[in-house]
Amino acid sequence: MSTTVTARNRDVLGNSALRPDGAGKVSGSFEFTSDMHADNMLWGATLRSPHPYARIVSIDTSAALALAGVSCVITSQDVPGKPTYGLISSDQPVFASDFVRYVGEPVAAVAADHPETCRRALALIQIEYEVLTPLTDPEDAISGKFSPIHPDGNIIRHQRIIRGDQSATGPIVVEGLYEIGMQDQAFLGLEAALAIPDSDGAGVHLHVATQWLHEDLSQISACLALPANRVRLTLGGVGGAFGAREDISLQVHCCLLALKANRPIKMQYSREESFFGHVHRHPAKIFMRHHADASGKIVKIDARFVFDGGAYTSTSPAVLINGITHTQGPYKCDNATVDGFAIRTNNPPCGAMRGFGVVQACFAHESQMDKIAQAAGISPIEVRLINAMATGDPLITGQTMESVAPVARCITDTANIPLPEPLPEIVNELALPGGSGLTAERSNIVRGIGWGVSMKNLMYSEGFDDFATARCTIRDGKVFLKFATSEVGQGFVTLAPQIARSVLGLDDVEIEPIDTQVGSAGSTSASRQTWMSGGAVDGACRLVREQMFKHVGSMHNIDPLRLVISDTDIVDQIGTFRISVQDAIEGFSCSETFEHHHRKTEELDENGQGNCHTAFAFVAHRAVVDVDPELGLVKVVQIATAQDVGRVLNPLSAIGQLEGGIAQGLGLAVMEEIVMKDGKVKNPSFTDYLLPTALDAPNVVAVMIEEYEPQAPLGAKGIGEPPCISVTPAIVAAIRDAIGKDLLRIPVRPQDICL
Amino acid sequence: MPMIIATSVESAVSALRDHPDARIIQGGTDLMVEINFNHVKPSTMISIRDIESLKKITQPSNGIIRIGSGVPYSQLEQEPILSVVPALAQASRTVGSPQIRAAGTLGGNLGTCSPAGDTLPVMFALDATVHLQSPSDAREVAIHDFMVGVKKNIRRHDEIITAVDFPIVRGWQGYSKVGVRNAMVISVASACLVADHNEGIVRLALGSVGPTIIRCREAESWLHSVTSLQQGEKISSDIAKEFGHRAAKESSPIDDHRSTAEYRRHAISVLASRLLTKAYS
Repeated sequence: MSTTVTARNRDVLGNSALRPDGAGKVSGSFEFTSDMHADNMLWGATLRSPHPYARIVSIDTSAALALAGVSCVITSQDVPGKPTYGLISSDQPVFASDFVRYVGEPVAAVAADHPETCRRALALIQIEYEVLTPLTDPEDAISGKFSPIHPDGNIIRHQRIIRGDQSATGPIVVEGLYEIGMQDQAFLGLEAALAIPDSDGAGVHLHVATQWLHEDLSQISACLALPANRVRLTLGGVGGAFGAREDISLQVHCCLLALKANRPIKMQYSREESFFGHVHRHPAKIFMRHHADASGKIVKIDARFVFDGGAYTSTSPAVLINGITHTQGPYKCDNATVDGFAIRTNNPPCGAMRGFGVVQACFAHESQMDKIAQAAGISPIEVRLINAMATGDPLITGQTMESVAPVARCITDTANIPLPEPLPEIVNELALPGGSGLTAERSNIVRGIGWGVSMKNLMYSEGFDDFATARCTIRDGKVFLKFATSEVGQGFVTLAPQIARSVLGLDDVEIEPIDTQVGSAGSTSASRQTWMSGGAVDGACRLVREQMFKHVGSMHNIDPLRLVISDTDIVDQIGTFRISVQDAIEGFSCSETFEHHHRKTEELDENGQGNCHTAFAFVAHRAVVDVDPELGLVKVVQIATAQDVGRVLNPLSAIGQLEGGIAQGLGLAVMEEIVMKDGKVKNPSFTDYLLPTALDAPNVVAVMIEEYEPQAPLGAKGIGEPPCISVTPAIVAAIRDAIGKDLLRIPVRPQDICL
Repeated sequence: MPMIIATSVESAVSALRDHPDARIIQGGTDLMVEINFNHVKPSTMISIRDIESLKKITQPSNGIIRIGSGVPYSQLEQEPILSVVPALAQASRTVGSPQIRAAGTLGGNLGTCSPAGDTLPVMFALDATVHLQSPSDAREVAIHDFMVGVKKNIRRHDEIITAVDFPIVRGWQGYSKVGVRNAMVISVASACLVADHNEGIVRLALGSVGPTIIRCREAESWLHSVTSLQQGEKISSDIAKEFGHRAAKESSPIDDHRSTAEYRRHAISVLASRLLTKAYS
């Protein structure tokens, strides 16, 4: 009999370390921001515009103020600093003062002893509106026939890309006008914040669920007219973000109320209010015409993008650039004529959402690729392989693809994943389209297969230096990490200690409070935190390791350059010296801060030329769907995917990103849409804004393509956005394959299939 | 807001008599949403969830199964309902999430009386009878007379729904519901078909395509006129299709954010046709 000693599975890079907050989230003990409480606190609530466009004639808050339990009522007149905020352009009022420009725009806020008192107080605020005709169709803004609804005009940004031979064409010309509906991020943890005024009344501490603490800080302090050091932000427990927490929502209101009432203020949105309280994914209309040679190789692309930005700028200019610079998708293309607009309307403001403009572009270019394949008489796989981009190829912006670009491998590895078994003759009816509604029998169902491949930029673009900061400290035999990186569910609180353990050989790692008492980490968005904050943590840990080696070297008279970390030991590479890191750091303390900056990027010129993006990641999706063509109902059976990830740092976390992104992309393909009519949201609830359930979610079979990315500090690319991008066109292509009908709009509705 | 917790039907109805503004709460899956959205503000709530007699399933006579109004969907999904009134079990399975089905009840579905209420087409297709109890008397009302409009029924304020009688039918029955996802969805259109092999008749009721549940009397009698509807009868695809068209004609759907009238009408014709084919295959 022998005994096997299994090596202890350390939670280092490459292993499936578990989330430190996982058990708490599953069991319900995790404290989300909405669970926070402070002694003596009041509640805050927001009054919103019922009109898409109206002039405010008068506001009378006296009745609300007179209500017992009400502490204060604030309007635009109570904003001591800058009256507006915004991520790119500061064009959104803290409170509307002259015009309201979308349904749900904040007009006033109250603080009171109870949420019900708040509600009653809001009902007592008298606002007289002169209702105006809303601008709801972006084309009306482009044509100039609608007078400006904002002093900054109705066109938020216009950008062209002119590349190569403008008259190039080929024997194959295919085109389509594609439409993308308005998707909601639908995070589960609703907007919430707790603002606590400083005892001297000249500062405030805000606990908030956000994606970027420092950006919030600068916008809030400007509106409050407080120096930045008198506004402190601490990350509250965040229940998802997906882009919807990049913009200010209740932050300024909550701080203003706290300072005015001189009491802690808690604000939290309901699900309905949340639909009005944050930006959504841009609805878009995209015309694309592809010219190809007889073999199906792309010769030129013409495109026109119209993104409906809604009433305020938010991140529309950047979303537009992302969209138009991804016109070609992950394919070679030498000639292009692209025109893109981000438009201001009286629809809800739109901004960041997972995929950020590329989702819209991808639905159009992937639909086009299938049309080219059909015209050339080749398969959807072949058309994508013969056009697949590789490292070194020029993009339509003139930028050279410098990232690892395993596009062909994404496609072939996906194609090699076995297809699901055909539907058996006797099937569980719940697994058919229609699910628990029992609408179909086996004989009613047709199966289809479709493809989608995408390219997505990582990090911020157009000259923006979105650096990340981290501090690593060794103290009392333990590692402490400090950063302002928002943990919104993506798993940086799992990853950061993995990095520290790998670099330092110590297992005991503690994350200090995530707040603004350290440099910015940039936003948790653009698939950037593993690369950026991961790079910062890695850098800080390496600096500390250097100090540690110096300390050990001087103690033991060894040149520190000879020392390396081997698992949990420090080892002399040349001699025989070996000491456990834990023993070596007894009495040693050290703290180092590191900023990680990515390579510089440039703005686009008037022809859309310039090295505007930092890096790219790629993915392929193959969808297998069952369709009930008569009723127009769909069940996505399987998604096969091979994703370019650089390097897998935590396999469990990685597959979670892929499966979650696929569910979100499936939602956009077949059900998720904020339905608008005349500037009004018709379905602001989870009763009618439908998210995929377990019966809608497909079986996901995933391959991670690990080709180390030399530009990335850990060799790993961001993996958050790609999963949700090309899965949507893949599903739509599979539906088209099943029913033989062109589908130009997402989400695909039952009537689009069967009528 | 005071909450009266009734433990008997008698105490519940007398509390209702004493509180003209009171609202009855059973599972709360509809009412609490209304209250949370501030659409209703009852001065008093009367909870009937502790009334044991409302949670019983009995067979008062041959051919009738009586289901207490307090029986939750989660129980209706299972035996004995699954075998005795399978369409009711199917309809109950389509309601909400497991949590909603554990809380929501048959009586609540009737009390709210939404055209999208999932168990209501089953009651209409089976000619179910609703039992009502007031402080002074008890009455039985045919489901067809009970529901009178969108979320409107003839229950008087001082009455509670105690039970529903479902005829036990020898034959086939089924419920189908179209929604825009595969579970946990409010119906866009639904249909319940009952093929009564003893009587040689087919009954069809539609949900979400009119202000009330719609019984397709015209389609039913047309079908009766062209087929014998005996057990083992084969229904041709032409007849099934025509039956579907006639059912769709009897619906009166609207456009809203969930769907369009055109799609709803189309879905009814498909559902009716498929259910009929299934009943005789």
